[in-house]
Amino acid sequence: MAVTGAVLVLYLVAHMLGNLKVFFGPEEINEYAAWLRTIGSPVLHHEWFLWIMRVVLLASLILHITMAAQLTARARRARPARYRHRAKVQGSYAARTMRWGGVIIALFVIYHVLDLTTGTVHPEYEHGDVYGNLAADFAPERWYVTLFYVLAVVAVGFHLRHGLVSAVQSLGLSSPQRARALHLAASAFVVVLVAGYLSVPFAVTVGLVD
Amino acid sequence: MKITLRVWRQKGPEDEGRMVEYRLDDVSPDMSFLEMLDVLNEKLILEGEDPIAFDHDCREGICGMCSLVINGTPHGPEKATTTCQLHMRKFKDGDVITVEPWRAKAFPVIKDLVVDRSAFDKIIEAGGYISAPTGSAPDAHSVPVPKPAADAAFEAAECIGCGACVAACPNGSAMLFTAAKVTHLGLLPQGQPERYDRVVKMVEAHDEAGFGGCTVTGECTAACPKGIPLDTITRLNRDYLAATAGRRKKTR
Ligand code: HEM
Ligand code: SF4
Ligand code: FES
Repeated sequence: MAVTGAVLVLYLVAHMLGNLKVFFGPEEINEYAAWLRTIGSPVLHHEWFLWIMRVVLLASLILHITMAAQLTARARRARPARYRHRAKVQGSYAARTMRWGGVIIALFVIYHVLDLTTGTVHPEYEHGDVYGNLAADFAPERWYVTLFYVLAVVAVGFHLRHGLVSAVQSLGLSSPQRARALHLAASAFVVVLVAGYLSVPFAVTVGLVD
Repeated sequence: MKITLRVWRQKGPEDEGRMVEYRLDDVSPDMSFLEMLDVLNEKLILEGEDPIAFDHDCREGICGMCSLVINGTPHGPEKATTTCQLHMRKFKDGDVITVEPWRAKAFPVIKDLVVDRSAFDKIIEAGGYISAPTGSAPDAHSVPVPKPAADAAFEAAECIGCGACVAACPNGSAMLFTAAKVTHLGLLPQGQPERYDRVVKMVEAHDEAGFGGCTVTGECTAACPKGIPLDTITRLNRDYLAATAGRRKKTR
């Protein structure tokens, strides 16, 4: 879980930084998107790098979900009889929402790829015009799409908040002395990442990007 | 105080079990939770009914026998306190209190609120020992122990093996207990010879017993009457990774 999660986190960072290109105008982000498809050329054919990344991501995602499902199944087996009275969460909410949060994020990723990569569910998709696609997607009258994106990104934030701390502990890298620093670092990382992602739909909503 | 209890009654391992309601009208706030159950049991016996079976021994918070899930929380609402040390003044007049046994596949119910915790013995048998001469006490200064290691080992050694961590864990994992034992022995010089073998064997025994996998939710630490810290599990993971990586090298 920790290792596949780390691959996905690296992607999330790169993707967030790439999205910020939208603030430098249509040419820059559209050029950036075109460049993503030519990385490695002339050694690699057009889009090959992108497809390698997609395969790595998909493999990590599938392994990540498989292991999560195995852990869930094992948890069910370990407690066949449930409590009649369920106490409120004593640990952390982020930790207790990993499973449902993960399902919501997976559904979001499917919608998101159909929306901004293939354009299947996008109102006026144009290949190569990332800037225009974003502006149309988050247009004020499509506030429900923006809301869905916001909720999904916040869900990713919660998922990562626990995931990061948990991964570090699974790899045995924390200690009581460093526990506080680890929690703070994870929170700071998540806040920056979530803010970076949210800045894009927000910018479209207020008209900075259109 | 007037208290309504909803207690899990189960005649034996094969019985389906059910919640049964009992009313007590004269509970003193100074009673311990177990004394309150004693009073109820005396009443039940006088009425010719079967008294409620529950585990207890020392009643001073050190043996780890008492094991009740009170209102959904193992050992009840008071932090870092065993059921036997919980007093009725923590509740209000008129409260309805549910009492259930530890719930885990590896802790089958024997009767009512009593569960079989021999799965913990299996984990201890797998690695909870050191190889040292016994019979005569060694000189206190013969094996120097660094103060920080002694403190951390002592903190882990406070685990009384009650199983509240398992009862609280949404995964039904016993990793906090296992980690407490691994840490307690693995930090001390006397525990070094078996250190890496121990962690692997104890985790194997843990998994074989049917406990769930740890996802670091932290419910265990919150419920633990001895406040065993969550980072104890990190230490276990570190030793486990070192041990399994080392093993792979050996077999190659
Ligand atoms: C407000 C937040 C986000 C915005 C504005 C956004 C925007 C975009 C855009 C424009 C693309 C298409 C890029 C291109 O065609 O070159 C894309 C692709 C993608 N995004 Fe996002 N994204 C956001 C959040 C996320 C999150 C949180 C995740 C993961 C949990 C994610 C995962 C992906 C994936 C997997 C792809 C497809 C990559 C590919 O196969 O080419 N995105 N995103
Ligand atoms: S770790 Fe805490 S809750 Fe678990 S068995 Fe030991 S004392 Fe009980
Ligand atoms: S009865 Fe011994 S710890 Fe509660």
